[in-house]
Amino acid sequence: MTKFVDLHLCAPFRDVEQLRRMVEKSFEIGYGSVGIPLPPNLEPDEVERLRKICSEVGLDFVSRVDLTPKNTNELLASLRRLRRRFEVVAVLCTSKLIARQAAKDRRVDVLSFPVTKPRNRFFDNAEAELASESLASLEIDMAPLLSLEGFLRIRLISSLRREASIAKSFHVPVLISSGATDYYLLRRPHDYSALARLFDMDSSLAFSALSEVPRSIVERNRQKLSPNFVAPGLRVVRSRDP
Amino acid sequence: MIRRVKQRYLALKIESAESLEEEDVKDAVWSAVIQLFGEHGASQTGLYFVQYDRERKEAVLRCSHKALPVVHASVASVTKMKSKPASIHVLRVSGTLRALRERR
Repeated sequence: MTKFVDLHLCAPFRDVEQLRRMVEKSFEIGYGSVGIPLPPNLEPDEVERLRKICSEVGLDFVSRVDLTPKNTNELLASLRRLRRRFEVVAVLCTSKLIARQAAKDRRVDVLSFPVTKPRNRFFDNAEAELASESLASLEIDMAPLLSLEGFLRIRLISSLRREASIAKSFHVPVLISSGATDYYLLRRPHDYSALARLFDMDSSLAFSALSEVPRSIVERNRQKLSPNFVAPGLRVVRSRDP
Repeated sequence: MIRRVKQRYLALKIESAESLEEEDVKDAVWSAVIQLFGEHGASQTGLYFVQYDRERKEAVLRCSHKALPVVHASVASVTKMKSKPASIHVLRVSGTLRALRERR
């Protein structure tokens, strides 16, 4: 299995043919694991079906939920309800209050921000400081970078450059995901690394954002969700038979 | 003494449902370079299309080794050819054509 992980493959999970095509392509271009965002109320059978499709192709499936809360209370309620059901929890921060709450909550794995509204990208120094003290990572989706044109893309690159620089100075992990909703928006990890240079991210950091950072999120959460987990650093290795 | 300009060769795989001519691929790559880095940036790439295999939808292009990041990013940013969805993947990068073909 390769080391690269795409934690945001927005494949249409109800369209099996298209989903299989995108998953197969992800495997072909060098990914070892893919995270597919799922609706919070999805049945466990459906999740198992997706897991089976991915394992048939040779990919490791990661279940992910994208939360888009309207306020901090809704965010906290969703985290309480869903944290133990999904391997990765991402929060789309649409307001500064939500962004701050998500950054300091240790149950949040991924912080993402609206693409086309630079004023709503709240990843500033204060946000980075909170995120560096918790476990949250900043997610950069590459699909908008490919699909936007003209002024919108210029503004996006400018925002990403600023955010990548802030994240680096506050040691906030950055993860690069495809965010691909379509087969033709998938690119190889090396291509993403080349595109990351547009926002001044050097290749070693970009490769880490495509492999080590997402893998560590998945491994950490799988340990926590395992029945043998007791507390951070403490797990059941062997138990006496009753 | 004039120093030799180092070159890099890129093997590309084109993904598109359409049948594509060499000109379509050239247009898409040049447009992407100009869109991302401007005409000044494009003038420094030394971009040259070495070959295009229409059946296998594979191409080889050459650029100056200093411009490799620019060309790689531009090639990866192609999303349309002949106004239809498409993508280009960089399969391999090499310093000589022979090494590029041997690694196939």
